[in-house]
Amino acid sequence: MPDSQKIIEIEVLRYNPESDKEPHLEVYKVPFSDDMSVLQGAQYIKDHFDGSLTFRWSCRMAICGSCGMMINGIPKLSCETFLRDYYPNRIRIEAMANFPIEKDLVVDLSGFIEKLESIQPYIIPREPRSLDQGEYIQSPEQFNAYIQFTSCINCTLCYAACPQFGLNPDFIGPAAIALLHRYNMDSRDGAAAERMELVAAEEGVFNCSAVGYCSEVCPKHVDPANAVNINKTNAAKDYFLRFLSPKGGSK
Amino acid sequence: MKSGLKRSNAPIFWSLFGAGGMFSALFGPVLVFITGIAVPLSLMLPSGTMSYPKMLAFAQNFIGKGFILAVISLFLWFAAHRIFHSLHEIGIHAGLGAKLICYGSAFVATVVSAVVLLRLGF
Repeated sequence: MPDSQKIIEIEVLRYNPESDKEPHLEVYKVPFSDDMSVLQGAQYIKDHFDGSLTFRWSCRMAICGSCGMMINGIPKLSCETFLRDYYPNRIRIEAMANFPIEKDLVVDLSGFIEKLESIQPYIIPREPRSLDQGEYIQSPEQFNAYIQFTSCINCTLCYAACPQFGLNPDFIGPAAIALLHRYNMDSRDGAAAERMELVAAEEGVFNCSAVGYCSEVCPKHVDPANAVNINKTNAAKDYFLRFLSPKGGSK
Repeated sequence: MKSGLKRSNAPIFWSLFGAGGMFSALFGPVLVFITGIAVPLSLMLPSGTMSYPKMLAFAQNFIGKGFILAVISLFLWFAAHRIFHSLHEIGIHAGLGAKLICYGSAFVATVVSAVVLLRLGF
């Protein structure tokens, strides 16, 4: 190791469900270069200090959405956050807030997966369509109505950011509602009324108090807060207009 | 789709909150200026702008009544909702009690001001 080698202190929230009653912090002194991400810092700790350190990662380039964690208290993807931006201060990495910790930096996402399934995240056609009717034609305008909301990588940083999800884990939450909105806005889809039952439910959009932090931390600029708030208006319309609608709105 | 979903009654409170937010943003600052600064300091406005006979006439006019009721009631519904949710956000787990105090005071103030305005006559 050359003398000029820079060393940063990384404080890691450790938790081993087999031996620990509660999570605790441990500090590691990690030599780093300017091109090293926080994820690479964690990998260095695993390779050189403690092979039991557990965290999720895959692509290393902000596409897979696996490596989210709290970095100095802010939900971020660790692969696109660089150690040089924190040096010479100590950096603290913890499991994503608002989720139960499985081990070290790995959280239990099963609740989120259930929510993703519950919004019916697939195109439900307006009417049956046969192959000889050909492909769907979509104008650029129709495409632009939903494309932004397709960019979600399910990193769940928005859930770690959302104070309302922290207080009520039943809240469907930002990413799932953004994806719900993506399918509702797709001209090929006809299931917005079906999904309204969930949007308007007690688990739905009205848990949101428009803090907007979800959109701030989103690494893909999906703007889930916008999707949630558009659906508040939709749900309010559905609430008051259901008596006038021939179909009676959702239940 | 999950089963056993219960429709939230939040749209009632959220609509009043939204209407109050819009109304207070549009009229709040200028009302503070007129009633709190311009009239007491006799700035810009003719003297007696808010004299008792003028204000009584305003409150006896149908549109004037509506405006006064909207200012009092919608501002309060807006504040009640905002305060209730802010309690939630700073970690005070606002239960039924807080809900009753917040929304209840807005409701009572709405009823009282409606009654008072109606009793002033037309």
